[in-house]
Amino acid sequence: MTAPLLDVRGLRKFFPIAKGMMRRVTGQVRAVDDVSFTVREGEALGLVGESGCGKTTTARCILRAIDPTEGQILYRMRDDAIVDLAPMSAADLGPLRKDIQMIFQDPFGSLNPRMTLFDNVGEPLLVHGMRSRRERMDRVAELLRLVGLRPEFMHRFPHAFSGGQRQRIGIARALATGPRLVVADEPVSALDVSVQAQVLNLLLELQTRLGLTFLFVAHDLSVVRHICDRVAVMYVGQLVELAPTDAVFRRPRHPYTAALMRAVPVPDPRVSGADAILKGEVPSPASPPSGCYFHPRCRFAEERCQREAPVLQEVAPGHFARCHFAAQLELGVAQTV
Amino acid sequence: MPPIPTVTEPLLSVRDLRVSFRLDEGTVRAVDGVSFDVFPGQVVGIVGESGCGKSVTMRAILQLIDPPGRITSGEILYRQDATPIDLTRLPPRGRSMRDLRGAEIALIPQEPMAAFSPVHTVGSQIIEAIMLHERCGREQARAATVELFRDVGISMPEQRIDAYSWQLSGGLRQRAMIAMALSCKPRLLIADEPTTAIDVTTQAQILALLRELQRKYDTAIIFITHDLGVIAQMANYVVVMYLGRIMEEGPVDEIFHAPLHPYTKALLRSIPSLNSETRTALPVIAGTLPHPFNRPSGCPFHPRCEDIIAGCCATAVPALHTLGPRRAVSCFLHSDAAEPA
Amino acid sequence: MSDVQTIPVAAAVAEERIAVASNWKLVWWRFRRHHLAMISAGLLICLYLVVLCPDFFSTQDPERTDARQAFIPVQMLHLFDDGSLNPWVPSIVGKRNPVTLRMEWTTDPRRRVHVGFFTRGKPYQLFGLFPANIHLLGAVDPGQRIFLLGSDRLGRDQWSRIMHGTQTSMTVGLVAVTLSVIFGVVLGGISGYFGGMIDLVIQRLIELLQSVPTIPIWLALSAALPRDWTPIQVFFAITVILSLIGWTTLAREVRGRFLALREEDFVLAARLAGCGRMRIILRHMVPTFLSHIIATSSLAIPVMIINETSLSFLGLGIRPPAISWGVLLQEAQNIQTLALAPWLLIPGLIVIVAVLAFNLVGDGLRDASDPYSH
Repeated sequence: MTAPLLDVRGLRKFFPIAKGMMRRVTGQVRAVDDVSFTVREGEALGLVGESGCGKTTTARCILRAIDPTEGQILYRMRDDAIVDLAPMSAADLGPLRKDIQMIFQDPFGSLNPRMTLFDNVGEPLLVHGMRSRRERMDRVAELLRLVGLRPEFMHRFPHAFSGGQRQRIGIARALATGPRLVVADEPVSALDVSVQAQVLNLLLELQTRLGLTFLFVAHDLSVVRHICDRVAVMYVGQLVELAPTDAVFRRPRHPYTAALMRAVPVPDPRVSGADAILKGEVPSPASPPSGCYFHPRCRFAEERCQREAPVLQEVAPGHFARCHFAAQLELGVAQTV
Repeated sequence: MPPIPTVTEPLLSVRDLRVSFRLDEGTVRAVDGVSFDVFPGQVVGIVGESGCGKSVTMRAILQLIDPPGRITSGEILYRQDATPIDLTRLPPRGRSMRDLRGAEIALIPQEPMAAFSPVHTVGSQIIEAIMLHERCGREQARAATVELFRDVGISMPEQRIDAYSWQLSGGLRQRAMIAMALSCKPRLLIADEPTTAIDVTTQAQILALLRELQRKYDTAIIFITHDLGVIAQMANYVVVMYLGRIMEEGPVDEIFHAPLHPYTKALLRSIPSLNSETRTALPVIAGTLPHPFNRPSGCPFHPRCEDIIAGCCATAVPALHTLGPRRAVSCFLHSDAAEPA
Repeated sequence: MSDVQTIPVAAAVAEERIAVASNWKLVWWRFRRHHLAMISAGLLICLYLVVLCPDFFSTQDPERTDARQAFIPVQMLHLFDDGSLNPWVPSIVGKRNPVTLRMEWTTDPRRRVHVGFFTRGKPYQLFGLFPANIHLLGAVDPGQRIFLLGSDRLGRDQWSRIMHGTQTSMTVGLVAVTLSVIFGVVLGGISGYFGGMIDLVIQRLIELLQSVPTIPIWLALSAALPRDWTPIQVFFAITVILSLIGWTTLAREVRGRFLALREEDFVLAARLAGCGRMRIILRHMVPTFLSHIIATSSLAIPVMIINETSLSFLGLGIRPPAISWGVLLQEAQNIQTLALAPWLLIPGLIVIVAVLAFNLVGDGLRDASDPYSH
C-alpha cells in the first residue's frame, strides 16, 4: 500500500490570550491540541464537531492559511516524495498551492465581487503560469461546464448569481488548477435546502470523476454521512473518534459522537429525539476540564474519567476512539421509524 | 385532566395577507396571499427557504414592517377578548400595538445578541419589562426574573441575572432571551429561527426547553425555520411556503407522511438523513430559487416542478384550496381553483 | 443545470445588463438616484470650470483699483429689456453725504448699462498658454465698469475677485487632499497589510500628529514661511502643511479597511490560489476600498477648503496680492464693513455652498460606494 496522501501528525495550534496595555500573554487557547490523522488518496474524510472544536482551525493549518504551532503535515507529492507543509515558507508553498485547494462556506464572501467569473475562476490559472488569455478562456469555459454552469456566464459578475450558483463558481475555482486534495469548509451549510442536495451531488460526482481527495469540514452529520468514507469527530481541540462512516453511524464508540447524532432533529414527527439530550455546554478550549474533556457532560462518566485523560485507542480495525470505555459501551443510535 | 373545550376559536387568524416592498428595481411581493390559523396552545411551524416570506409574515403579525414594505391587503385577526381585533388596522407605533407586543405576542429572535443591550445586564432588561407590563415593584420583578431564569434552565440564576449578554454563551443567551419573551406570559410566542445560530447539542436543549415551557404555560407558538428536522420535532401544524405563497398546510404528520404538494415532496426527498446510504446521489429539486424580482408567472414553483401540467401551471396561479379541516394545498394537481387574475 | 424560467424579454435584457455591470457602473447607477448629490456634483463641475479659467468668467481685472468707486453695492443683473433678451444692470449714481462725508450710492433704474455675453475685455492667457480677451460677461461699452457683486474698499470688482479666489481655494482643497490621500493610502496600507512593529510605529505617529493642536501648528508653520516667497510658493507650502496633518484620518481608514479585508474569504481564496502579495493588494484589496477612499476624500476636500479659508482669513495663509476666499473674507473683518458693505460677506456664502456641495457629493458617493451591501 502506498503512503497516504496527507498524514497529519501531532498538529497543535495555540492562540495566545493577551491582556492589558502591554498585551502580556496570560494563557493559551488550545484550539487544536495534538491531532493526528491520515487521508488516503481518493477518499473523503469528514471532520465533524461543534463550533469551537477546532475543525476549521485544523483545516486552515493544513491549507497553511494559518501557521501551526507544532506538528507535521506530511504531504505526498505527485512524484511520491513526501514533504512537510508545516514549516514551509510562503514562497516554497507557492507551487504546492496548485495541488491543495479550498471550497469556502460563504458563497457570497468568497468570490471577489469586483471581478467577473472569468477573472475569479481564471486567477489561479494565471498565477500558476497559464499566460495566454485564449487558453484560460477555454479552461474556464470547461470548468464552468463541469460544475453545471453555462460558459456564456463567464463575463458576468458574481452579483448576478444565486447562492447555489456562486457555490458552483467557488468549486470551479477550486478545481481550476487540477488539485489533488480539496479542503471543503462547510460547503453546503449556507445554502437553501433545495439547493443543498444539488451541490452535494455535484461534489460527489466530481470527486469520483476527477479522483479527488476530500477533507470535508462540517457540523451537519447527515451531510457527512452522505458524502464521506471516514469520519473524524473533534471535541475541544481533540479527535475523539475516527472511523469509517458506516461504522460510526452503526455503532459510535465515543459517548460524544453518539450524543451528537441523537441531537440532530429527525425530519419525521413519528420519531422522537427527546430522549437523550446532552447536558451542559462545550467547555472553553482555554480552560478545558481535567481528565477526559467530555466527562462533565458524559452520562457514563466514572471517577477515573475525571482523573485520567484517555488516549485515542483502536477498538476495532480502523476504528479509533478516545474513551476509557470505548470497547465496552453499547452506544447504538436507535433511530428507527 | 383539565376539560378540553369542544369548540375553540383560533387565537390568531391570518387571512389573505399580502406584503410588498416597493424598491427602485421593482416591486417585490414578499408575502402573496397567506392564510393560516393559530389555535391556543398549538405550535404552528412555518417552513420555507430564503425569500419564501416566512420572516416577513412574522414581522407583519408584529406590525414591524418598515418602509418601503407595506401590508397591501389582508387581515391579521388576534383574539384578545371575545371580539377579534385586526392588527393590520392598528397604528404600528400606537399604544395598543405596543401593549400587545411583549405582553400578548412575544418574539424570540434568531440572534439574541442583537436583542440585548450590551450596556445593561440581561436581568435588568427583563426586570424593566416585567415592571412595565405588570406594574409591580423592582423587588417583586427581580424575584419573578430569578424564577424565570430557573424555569428556562439557567443555573445559578441569582448570579446570571446580573451578567451582561456578551458574558453569556450562545446557549445561555438564547435561554435568557426565552426568559425575556416569557416574562409577561404571552399567549402567542413567535420564534424566528431560534436555534439556527447555535450548535446541534445546544439546539437539542433549547428545543426540549421550548417544548416543555409550551406544555407548562400552554402558549401558542409560531415557529419559523428552514430546518425540516426541527419542524418535525416541534410543530403540531405545518405551513410550507415558497416565494411568498403557501404551498400546503396541514397537521405535521400528514405533511411529513402524506405530503400533497410536489414542492413538499421534493423537499422531503432531497434532505440528507442520518440513515441515508453513504455516497449515493440525493434526489434533487432542479433549478435555483428565482430572484424576487423575477417571480415566475403562474404557480411560483412551476419552473422547478416535476409534475408540471402543460399550459396550466405557467399561466394561472393556483388558489389555496381547502381539503378538509386544517388541510389545504395550492396546486392544480389537487384542485382547479385558480387565483383571480 | 439551467435556469428554465420564463422571463419576459425586456426583463431578461435588463438582467443581462446588470449581470455584466462592473463595480463602477453599479456605483454610478446608485449615485445617480441620489438627486441632491447629483445637483451638487453639477455645481462642483461649474466651480471647477471656473478654476480652469477664472479670467474668462471675470468681468474685469480683479486687481483694478479705483478709490472713487469704493463700496459700490451689488448691481442686480436683469436679463430682459423690453421683453427681449438684452441683459443690463442699473446705473449707479454716487453722492457724498455732507454730514458723514461718505459716498452714498443709489441706483438709477432709468439709466441702464447694457451687458453682453462673450465681450472683449482685459487680455489674459487661457490656461496660461493662449492669449485671449473674450469674457463670458462684460459691459457692452468698454468704458463702463459693472459690479455684479459690488466692489470693495479699493473699488475692486468683487465678482472678478471671487472668480480668481475660487481658483485658488478649490485648487488648494483638491491638491491638499490628493497629497493626504497619497500619504494616507501608502502609510495606512503599509500599516494595515504588514502589521506588527511597522503598524505600531505608524499608529503611534498618527496618534502623535492627531494629538498636536492643529491651529498653533499651522500658525507656527505658516509664520515660518519666508516673507519673500512668491504667492505661488506660499500657495504650495500651505497645501503641504494642510495635507501633512490631514493624512492621518485617511491612513486610519485605509488601515482599518486593510485589516478587515485581510480576513475576507476572497482574499484568503486568492492567497490559497497562490497569488503573490502585490497581486493580492493591487488586484483584490485596493479595488475593493478605492470607491470608499474616493468618497472619504470628497468629504475631506471641504475640510481643507475651510482650513485654507480660516488660515488666510487670519492673515497666515495665502496673502494678498494672491486671491483666495479667505483673503476676500479678510475684507469683511470689521464691524464697520459689515454694516456698510454687507455684500463683502458673499465669499463666505460661496464657501458655504461649496462645502455643502462637497459634503452632499461625498455622502452620495459613500452610500453608493458599496453596491454589494444589500
